[in-house]
This record gives sequence, C-alpha cells and structure tokens, in this order.
Amino acid sequence: MNIWLELALTLVVMLVVVLTASLVTIYVELKAGSHMQARIGPYYAGGRWGWAQPLADGAKFLQKEDLAPAKADRPVYRLAPFVVMMSALGIFAVIPLGPDLVGAKLDLGVYFLLAISSFSALGVLMAGWSSANKYSLIGGLRAAAQLIAYEIPLILAVVAVVIQAGTMSLIGIVDAQQATLFTLGGIEVALPFILTGQLVSFFIFMIAAVAELSRIPFDMPIAESELTMGYLTEYTGIRFTMFFLGEYATVVGFSAIAATLYLGGYGAPFLPESMANVAGPAILLLKVSALVFVIIWIRFTWPRLREDQLQSMAWRWLIPISLINIAVIAVFKVAF
Amino acid sequence: MAGTNAPIECKGSILVLNQYYDDYITVAAFMIMGFVLVGAAVMMSRAIAPRAPGGLKDVAYESGIEPIGEGWNQSHIRYYIFALLFLIFAVEAIFLFPWALQLEYFDSIGMGVFALVEMLVFLVILFLGLIYAIRKGVLKWE
Repeated sequence: MNIWLELALTLVVMLVVVLTASLVTIYVELKAGSHMQARIGPYYAGGRWGWAQPLADGAKFLQKEDLAPAKADRPVYRLAPFVVMMSALGIFAVIPLGPDLVGAKLDLGVYFLLAISSFSALGVLMAGWSSANKYSLIGGLRAAAQLIAYEIPLILAVVAVVIQAGTMSLIGIVDAQQATLFTLGGIEVALPFILTGQLVSFFIFMIAAVAELSRIPFDMPIAESELTMGYLTEYTGIRFTMFFLGEYATVVGFSAIAATLYLGGYGAPFLPESMANVAGPAILLLKVSALVFVIIWIRFTWPRLREDQLQSMAWRWLIPISLINIAVIAVFKVAF
Repeated sequence: MAGTNAPIECKGSILVLNQYYDDYITVAAFMIMGFVLVGAAVMMSRAIAPRAPGGLKDVAYESGIEPIGEGWNQSHIRYYIFALLFLIFAVEAIFLFPWALQLEYFDSIGMGVFALVEMLVFLVILFLGLIYAIRKGVLKWE
C-alpha cells in the first residue's frame, strides 16, 4: 500500500479510537464516581443513563467566549493546550494494538514514550506561567515540581522492564512476555511481566503515572479548594475543553503503556499467532479499560495528599525502592 | 568477502534508513494531528462563540476581589533544589538505559557479573547520595 495512504488511514483510525476512548473515560468517570459516592450523576443527556453528557459538555464549551486575561502572555497562553494535546496524541503513535497494527515501530519505543509524556509538563508550565494569575503560577510551579519528581520513579520502573525484556521496542517487550517460560503437562506457559518479577515496578509505575496525570490523590497543581483551578484558572471555553480532553487522552495513554509493559499488551495466553492481529486490539482494550477503571477508582477513594507528603513520597520512598528494584531485577537477570 | 557483500549491505541499510524515517514521519504526523485538532476546535469555536472583549472579565481571577500586585510573583527557592536533583537523576537514567539494554548481551558472552557489578557500584554511590540528601533534610518541604 502507498505509504501516505497508510499513514492517513492510521491517523484517522487512531484519532477516532483515542477520542472515543477519552469521551467514554470522561463518561465512566462521571457515572462511576457518582455511584461510588452515592450521588446522582448525569441522568438526562441522551435520553438514557445520561450517555451523551460528555458530548453535551463539549458542545456547551464550544459556544463559550475564548477569553485571555489582559495581562497574560497571550501567544504562550494560547499555545499551551496545543502542546498538551500534541503530547497526548504522540503517545498513541507508538502503542502497538497488534503485531502489525502500530503507527510507528520505534526501536526506542519506551524511551520515546517517556520523552513524549513529559512533554505535556511543558504545556502545563506554559499555562501556569502565561496566565499572569497567582493561582495559576502556584499551580504551574507545583505541577512542574510534581511532574519532575514523579518522572524519575516512572523512568526507573521502565528501566526494570527494559532489563528483563532486553529491548526498548514495545513490540519486543510484548514478544518477551509471550515467550514460553516453562511447559506444564505439555502446555507452553507464558506469563506477563507483572507475574514474573515486575510486580513492584508495576505499582511504582502506576503510582507515578497517576501523579504524572495530576489526578487525585496527586492533584495539588489543581487543588480546587485552595487554588481555585490551579494552572487552569484563567482558561475557559474551547481551550479549557482541549486541556480536559488531552488530560483524559493521556489517562488512556498511560493505561495503554502500563498494559503493554506489564500486562502483556495485545497478547493473551493461548492465543494462536494468526489471531494476534485480529484479537489484539480487543485484548489491549480490555486491559486498558481495567487500568482506567482503577485510576478512576483511586480518584474517588483517596483524599488529596499535602504538597510536602507528595514530594517526600517520591524522593524518600519511590526513588529508593525503584533503585533497589532495578538492582534486584538485574541480579536475577544475570543469575538465571 | 566484505567486498562482495558491501553493495547488498549498503542497499539493506538504505532500506533500514527508509523504514527509520517512515516511523518518525508517522510520529510527527501524530503530533501535527494533535496541533490540527486543537486548531480546528478553536476555529470552530471562533465561528460560533460570541466575542466581546474588554471589561472586568479580562482581569485576572482572584476569587472575586481586585488583583493585588502583579500576577508574576517570586516563588520559593525550594523549587530550584528539586530541579537540580531532577537533573542529577535524569542524567543517571540516561546512563541506565544503555546498560539495561546491553545486560542480556553481556550475560551471553560471559561478562554478566562484570556488567552487573559495575552498575551496582554506580547505583550504590547514587543511593548513598540520596540518603545523604535525605539526612541533610534537603528533601523536606517546609
């Protein structure tokens, strides 16, 4: 097939998948959150179960005036949501949905993901700084401090996976999780990394991912009870919506990364190789949905951490634990 | 031997290079799509939404009272120390990745223990540095 045609097809399919997944995540968060906290939640939009609530919200925001404060650094203020959305979609360029269903088969896949996901921190800092608002500035600085603090455990958790898989390519990592570990009564058994020594890395990754997403219990940068809306205080209308959508696309993106690195990605036990491209996306979607649900669950269960608790958790607990984790996994890799 | 293989190898590496550029073109296309998506949404909003700039709504929001002073205040120095620490650990992570990638190869040629001990020395020094920073109270947020 023509490469440009293929590229256009990949783009359209991925855009539809990502936007749908983000809207569904927003809806599930509204609905699951109301059930968990015994509230009513969306009920009327769309007729049944309020299924059209995210669309209605989007349509409403589209009609709002696009404001920028008079004293703001306007070009930077206007560009910030672009940066966040670019980072969110960049994640999906390399996530494999099947052995052949992948936008770009980068050899440095994991490394690219770490780089592109921290790119959104730049958008957040831009928003916080350019608004010329004290709440926004404090929110932006908190976000920067938090994102760099939790970036390190995130990287170190990924290093542990790279040691075990011996490759940075995402497809290679999924393949490594489908390699036969042992045979049990003639059945070849392959296990995802979470069951073969990466349990600690998985927990570190998920904690750091929730912090990178600045979601409760790590939402100090937004902290609506003290900073109004943090770095988003001045944003209204469509630019706020784009921040919001980008954030939820990143939630899905981080869940997809975790599913690929630790839960076997598009692979499943006893799946014949010929079926991998057909069933792969559905299997990955199942794993991603489970992780997204856990992230939503965490949000409605835990209270917000204090800024000093948040920093000390990263520097005094997560980083030392992940360094020890790397050493242990490397020793096991060489010993066996 | 090398002479006869050279043209084939050359052709192969061009193919590999082509694949390489194709992959990064795809990545660039995804990011451009992100830009275009936001741009299209902003354009659409501009067509629909009312526009009446000026007035009090252009003033920075400070919970309803008039803003006091500039929006760009000075902030605490502690952010600077965390930025420095981040730099140290980010550089360390760059060292860790090539090692993590090559550990399997070193193990296969019988140098696994050597590679392991080398990196463990590095990790232990880093760990001691971190413990020193914790004991000094640098990482406390006050």
